[in-house]
Amino acid sequence: MKEDQKLSDLLQENYIDETVQAYQGSRFKVVMKRLFRRKTAVFGLVVILLLVFISIFGQWVAPHDFEAYDYMNTLQGPSADHWFGTDHYGRDIFSRILVGTRLTLGVALSSVIVGAAIGAVLGLLAGYYGHWLDSLIMRGADVLFAFPDILLAIAIVAILGSGIVNVWIAVMVFTVPSFARMVRSATLSVKSSLYVEAAQSIGSNDQRLLFRHIMPGTMQTFIVNFTMRIGSAIMAASSLSFLGFGADVTDPEWGAMLSQGRTYMDIAPHMVLFPGLVIFLTVLAFNLLGDGLRDALDPKIK
Amino acid sequence: MGRYFFRRVLQTIPLMLIISILVFLFIHMIPGDPARTLAGKDADVAEVQAIREQLGLNDNIFVQYIKYMGRIFGGDFGQSYKSGIPTTQLIGERMQNTIRLVLSAMLWAPLLGILFGVLSAVHRGGFVDHLLMFIAILGLSAPGFWLGLMGIQVFAVNLGWLPVSGLNGWKGLILPSFVMGIGCMAEMARYARSSMLDVMREDYVRTARAKGQVERKVIFFHAFRNALIQIVTILGLQIGALLSGSVLTETVFSIPGIGRLLVDSIFFRDYPVIQALLMLFAFQYVVINLIVDVLYGFINPKIRLE
Amino acid sequence: MSQNKLLEVKNLQTEFPYDKNKTVAAIHHISFFMEEGEVLGLVGESGCGKSVTALSVMGLIANSNGLITEGEIYFKGQNLLTLDKRQRRQIRGGAMSMIFQEPMSSLNPAMRIDKQIMEAIRLHTDLDKDQARALTRKLLVMVGIPDPDRVMKNYPHQLSGGMSQRVMIALAMSCQPQLLIADEPTTALDVTIQAQILELLRDIQKEKNTGILLITHDLGVVAEMCDRVIVMYAGEIVEAANCQELFQTPLHPYTQGLIASVPKLGSGRTSLPWIPGSVPDLLSMPEACRFAPRCPYATDKCRAEKPELEEKAPGHQARCWYSDANLPAQA
Repeated sequence: MKEDQKLSDLLQENYIDETVQAYQGSRFKVVMKRLFRRKTAVFGLVVILLLVFISIFGQWVAPHDFEAYDYMNTLQGPSADHWFGTDHYGRDIFSRILVGTRLTLGVALSSVIVGAAIGAVLGLLAGYYGHWLDSLIMRGADVLFAFPDILLAIAIVAILGSGIVNVWIAVMVFTVPSFARMVRSATLSVKSSLYVEAAQSIGSNDQRLLFRHIMPGTMQTFIVNFTMRIGSAIMAASSLSFLGFGADVTDPEWGAMLSQGRTYMDIAPHMVLFPGLVIFLTVLAFNLLGDGLRDALDPKIK
Repeated sequence: MGRYFFRRVLQTIPLMLIISILVFLFIHMIPGDPARTLAGKDADVAEVQAIREQLGLNDNIFVQYIKYMGRIFGGDFGQSYKSGIPTTQLIGERMQNTIRLVLSAMLWAPLLGILFGVLSAVHRGGFVDHLLMFIAILGLSAPGFWLGLMGIQVFAVNLGWLPVSGLNGWKGLILPSFVMGIGCMAEMARYARSSMLDVMREDYVRTARAKGQVERKVIFFHAFRNALIQIVTILGLQIGALLSGSVLTETVFSIPGIGRLLVDSIFFRDYPVIQALLMLFAFQYVVINLIVDVLYGFINPKIRLE
Repeated sequence: MSQNKLLEVKNLQTEFPYDKNKTVAAIHHISFFMEEGEVLGLVGESGCGKSVTALSVMGLIANSNGLITEGEIYFKGQNLLTLDKRQRRQIRGGAMSMIFQEPMSSLNPAMRIDKQIMEAIRLHTDLDKDQARALTRKLLVMVGIPDPDRVMKNYPHQLSGGMSQRVMIALAMSCQPQLLIADEPTTALDVTIQAQILELLRDIQKEKNTGILLITHDLGVVAEMCDRVIVMYAGEIVEAANCQELFQTPLHPYTQGLIASVPKLGSGRTSLPWIPGSVPDLLSMPEACRFAPRCPYATDKCRAEKPELEEKAPGHQARCWYSDANLPAQA
């Protein structure tokens, strides 16, 4: 008798899991199809893939040595040899941008991954367990939120000091509270939805609920925000570098390059133009992809 | 409404206290010794020690915090290590520039953003929608400091239409205000559009049309009025972003405001100024959010009549 | 045009875009009429095109992305589809009005009740503010609201569902319409409230001689309210008859199925008969009889040729190759 009951529970539980999975499996193709129908999203994706390619092979693709000083050719405007011109040491800006892709993208991507993961775990815990844990985590997020936007990153750099590692930490911390809030509210809405209630009623335990039911349910919002957030992270990191808190002046970081170019703005505006343009295009690509994903995942919001 | 307001005000007090503790603690974690910085490179140990004593840096951290808070409530935020001028005076002198800058952006950016969003939603899928949303995503993705520098190059240096730096007259405000507001405008436009689309699907909008109301009034009195309730919720966030945007904008345009002061103070490890500015930024933001929440309660009858 | 008809819909087809440059017809060549002061029921499962028909008549279908591609809609002899936007607006909310399924969400949450009703009054009459307010109060009394002065100052979230629907009815009746379209007016309400709202509608209909187009999936409501009934299936009318006749001698197998699946008190049956299968997808609609895949009597003819809506008895139409008498034996 007891054995029978267990069996039926198991069957039911598997049935629900399979339904959820089948739903998500078939959705993947649909979402991809919808995504590729949007030209702007495809543009974003292509640019991002190109950036990934450059960040891996940048050093070999670059036409010049990105660190080679050339005092005969300082502050040259764009030419056939130097597509984006040269800087105050005569270094090839195009090559520096290519090589710097890895740094810029790497910092943004890794800090957002870590920040989002921490934020997501905190949000899941807060949303799922509620009570004092929820209050604690959310009040913590409130405190961090009291420093709007890039100010939080600036405050963190103010404490830790300048340098690319500290920028990484700043951007990471800057990412945590927004993900915590987002995942918490997504968790709350998924938690009250029918399929989680169903799973609860057949006695799934907490961990199983969190990882098999609630996590997939929050994925949709998570993916979109994650993509958009990489754009913000690139923007925040380059802003910090621009203010002089970020990368070392010898690093080919885009924001730092732009910051140095400021001094030579009158005679060599290309030193500001090109790094800024690349930051702009990169952030744009992530935003376009994020938008595309949002529409593809939830066609209702358009 | 009264209770709602009261509760919101009460909520900000512990928040501000925690922020003050955190700011205080974190500032003291900053690597580097301000006494040494202040004393100069040639100072000997005794001199540094004397300065430490004078600044109260030898007390334990708890005592320092209590003393600090006591002084704050007396209106004393300490003196700048760098210039010796009282922090309040230093900030007061520069506050005006920042307020001018923030107001100049606040006057147009959210309004234009909302207008763009509503127009987009009404012309959903059409040319206007695509154009405005394209502008919005460009505005969202363009680094403000880069736009500012390029703007200076083109409009001030090359064309000579606008001043290169500072906030001289209305001409001097144009570029900084644009740079500061563009991101806010873009965010508002995108959010306003999605709120409007949400609301335009609602049953009561259909009811308004079923009454025979003209489309313009259906959009304005029925859809927009309700969308505004949603839109107001992100207004606080956006004004906060404007405030913190002043750090970058003031740096780009060499405007002596509190954002620039923060950057300079961080480089100089000017504790009292950093501390005061971080508290000020946080306080401003908390107050703005309080105002926005009250505004929200006011335009949302569900809360107003609570 | 026949002058005495309140509403006459001819060959109406409404389509919706679903992919690039492709559309699908949600209702297919619908024709029906309403006499003045008549209560006409429009019955069918969800997704059969009842609401699309109502919104098409009301002139609100464009706001749901729908497009009327064929047909005519005559209201008191005037083809609505040839009117311009302004003329159309004057009729909408004036001589023709509508109430909806979800009364709670059909009222503007940011506007007081009196404002919402007065808005409609002032759009269609010359009354000034005070007169409109007085009329609003009268209307609220008429729909049975016990404390009209309080309700007028309320916001929708302060009202219950039944109250909201009364307010919606007051709103719809504010300009003395000759046609009231009621789209599932009681579906979202509690059973006891349902009965009250239906009674209210019936009283108003008797008093004002308002024609009511009652859209519902509930045959009980139809039996209680309607003079005549139209049954829709998959975007088409399958049967139209006088109410009593429809219940006594349903001709179309779908109607028979619908009637059989209504629980009857004291019938002693523990399980209800039901119609197997489900409504075909609009995109893969059978070319022949649309009900054939679910019909217990379907023959090869049903699966090959499309039956037309035919007069099987005086005033009784059905879309079936076989009338009641000579249905083939159940397969």
